[in-house]
Amino acid sequence: MKAKSFYWERRFTDTDKIKVQGLVKIFGSNPESALSLLDQGWGKEQILARTRQTVAVNNVNFAVREGEVFVIMGLSGSGKSTVLRCINRLVEPTRGKVFIDDEDVTAANDVRLREIRRKKVGMVFQRFALFPHRTVLDNVAYGLEIQGVERDERYARAREMLALVGLNEWEMALPDQLSGGMQQRVGLARALASDPDILLMDEAFSALDPLIRREMQNELLSLQSKVNKTIIFVTHDLDEALKIGDRIALMKDGSIVQVGTPEEILTRPADEYVAKFVEDVDVTRVLTAEDVMRPAGTVSLKDGPRVALRRMRKEGFSSIFVVTRDCKLAGLITAEEALEASESNKEDLSKVLRHDFPTATPETPLNDLIPLLAHSKFPLAVIDDQKRLLGVIVRGALLAALVRKGGMK
Amino acid sequence: MIFSIPLGHWVELFINFLKEHCGGFFNFINDNLDNLMGLLTSLFLVINPYILIILLVALIWFFSKRNVALWSGIGLLLIYNLSLWEAAMETLVLVICATLLALLLGLPVGILTAWSNLVHRVTMPILDFMQTMPPFVYLVPAVILLGIGRVPALLATVIFAMPPVIRLTGLGIRQVPVDFLEVAEAFGSTRAQKLLKVQLPLALPTIMAGINQCIMLSLSMVVIAAMIGAGGLGGEVLRGLQRLDIPRGFEGGLAIVILAIILDRVTQALGQKDKRKGN
Repeated sequence: MKAKSFYWERRFTDTDKIKVQGLVKIFGSNPESALSLLDQGWGKEQILARTRQTVAVNNVNFAVREGEVFVIMGLSGSGKSTVLRCINRLVEPTRGKVFIDDEDVTAANDVRLREIRRKKVGMVFQRFALFPHRTVLDNVAYGLEIQGVERDERYARAREMLALVGLNEWEMALPDQLSGGMQQRVGLARALASDPDILLMDEAFSALDPLIRREMQNELLSLQSKVNKTIIFVTHDLDEALKIGDRIALMKDGSIVQVGTPEEILTRPADEYVAKFVEDVDVTRVLTAEDVMRPAGTVSLKDGPRVALRRMRKEGFSSIFVVTRDCKLAGLITAEEALEASESNKEDLSKVLRHDFPTATPETPLNDLIPLLAHSKFPLAVIDDQKRLLGVIVRGALLAALVRKGGMK
Repeated sequence: MIFSIPLGHWVELFINFLKEHCGGFFNFINDNLDNLMGLLTSLFLVINPYILIILLVALIWFFSKRNVALWSGIGLLLIYNLSLWEAAMETLVLVICATLLALLLGLPVGILTAWSNLVHRVTMPILDFMQTMPPFVYLVPAVILLGIGRVPALLATVIFAMPPVIRLTGLGIRQVPVDFLEVAEAFGSTRAQKLLKVQLPLALPTIMAGINQCIMLSLSMVVIAAMIGAGGLGGEVLRGLQRLDIPRGFEGGLAIVILAIILDRVTQALGQKDKRKGN
C-alpha cells in the first residue's frame, strides 16, 4: 500500500531498534530434550505429552523499527507475554537472540542487564503493580531511586512525568486511592521516568473497562507523538491492536503467523486462522481517509477559469480544488461558477472560490468520513496540518472501498 | 534392653566441649549482656515511676488508641501500687532484650529462608523442634554454659521466642505478590534493593505479627526463666509457688498479665498502622 508506507516514513527512521532472532522458550525441567524434539519437527502437543514440558515460544523472529508501535497480538496462551518478557529477560530465553541497538541482550551479564533495564527498557504491567506502600510520586521515581539519582532530581523528573499523564495533583496519594485508569497512568509515568528508548507494555489496558481503555489508547497515541518511543505492546484485543499498532504480529501457539500493518492483516490475511480472527472487524473503523483517497487533479490560483474548466472536463468532475503556489488548499470551484466567470471575463479565481466543502486529515477513520460525505454535494479534501492538499475522496470511491473490503470474507 | 543409644551422653559431651573451648566467649557474652541489662533496668528505675507511667501512656497513645493508653496507665499504676514496680521493670527489660536479640538473629535467618528453598527446608524442622521442646529443657544447657543469672534466662527465652520471627519473616517475604518482584526486576533493582525497597516493606505487617508473637512467648517464659535467676515478676510468682504464698503468686501473675496485654495491644496497633499505610 503506497499511501501507508508514505505515512510511516514520516515517522520512522529506517533502523531496527529491536531484533528478535530464532527465539524459543520452553518451560520445563529439561528444556534441552524438548528443544531437540522441536528441531526434529515435533509439535507442541506431542512435546507436552512426551516430556511434560511446554513450548511457550517457538522460533519467533521479528524486528521493530525505531519509533514504531509494534503490537504482539494473540489469544491467551499464545506466548505473546513470554516473547515480551524475553526482550528484557524477565524470562530467560531457551534459545535465540534478542538485540537492542545491535547489542546482544541475551549475552549480557547481570550488571549489564541491569544497566539495560534501568536505562533502555521501561515496562508497563497488566495489573498496574504499583507499590502499595509508596506514594504515587515515589512509585514514579522508583526507577531513578534505584539508579541512585538524588532525591530532588528524581522528584523533579517524576513530577514532570506525572504532569505528562495529567496526574500532578495526585503525587502524594497512595495507589489504592486511584481508579484503575489513573493507576495505569502512574504505571506509564513510572516506565517513562528514566527516559528509556523502549517501552514494553504487557496487556497494559486489558484490566480497564472498555470506555477507560479507549481513552487510554488515545492518550497513549498522543503521548507517543510527544515522546516518540519504540513501543512493543502486547494485547489479546484485535480492535486495540488495529487502533494503536503501526505493525501487528499475530501469534498462535507460540509462533508468529503474520506480521503486517493493520490494513495488511485485514485485507491480506496470511492464512485461515488470521482470516477467522479478523472477520468480525468493522473495516470502517480501521481504514482511514488515506486508504481510500486518490490523487487530486487541481488548478493553481494563477490559472484562469478556462484552465479550470478544461481540467474538470478532462477529469470528469463537476468541480475542482484550487491550490496556492505552495500546494496549500485555497478553495473549490464548480463548473457552473467557472463557466460564469469565464463568460464574464473574471480572470481572478480567488474571487469565485467556495469554502463549504468537507475536509479531513489522512488519519480520519472511514466511519467519520461517511457522514461528512453524505451531507455534502462536493468531494472531500484530505489535507495535512499545513493545509496541503494530499488527495480527494468522492462518494463513489468510498462506497467502492467498502464493497471491496466487505468482499474479503 | 541390651543396647541403648547414648544420645543424652552425646549432648553432654557436646555441651562440655562448648564449655571447655568456648568458655571465654560465653563469659564475654555473659558479662556484657548482664551489664547491659543491669544498665537498662537501673535506667528504668532511676526515673520516678509516676513520670515513667505518664511517658509510657503518652507513647502508647501516640502509637495506639486513647482507650488502650488509658487502660495501660491504670494497669501500670496498679503494678506500682502492689509494689511490684521494680520486678515489673526487670521483667520488661528481659522481654525487650529477648525480643531485640530474637529479631537480630531471626530476621536475617527469616530472609534467608525466603531466598533459598534449601535453607527453608533445613530451618523449618529445627523451628518445629525448638517450639515443641518443653521450654524447661533449654534451661539445662543455658545454666551449664552461663551459670545462674539474667543472661542464661535471656538465652533460654530467646531460643523459645525466636521461631515465630523466623517463620513469619520468611512467610511475609514469600507472600509478596510476584507482580511486584517483576516490577523490581524490570526496573533493574539489585537483590538488596529488591529486599529493602519492595520485599521487606510489603512483608512488614506479617513481620510485625511475628514480633508480637515473639513478645508474647518471651512473657510466657518469665516464670520458667525465673527458675534460673531471671528475677522480676516471674521470680515473684515462683516464690509464691514455692512458699504457697497465694497473694504474692496471684499479684505477680496479675502483673505479668497486665504487661502482656499492654505489649500485645501496642505491637498489634503498630502492625495495623503499617497495614493501613501498606494497603
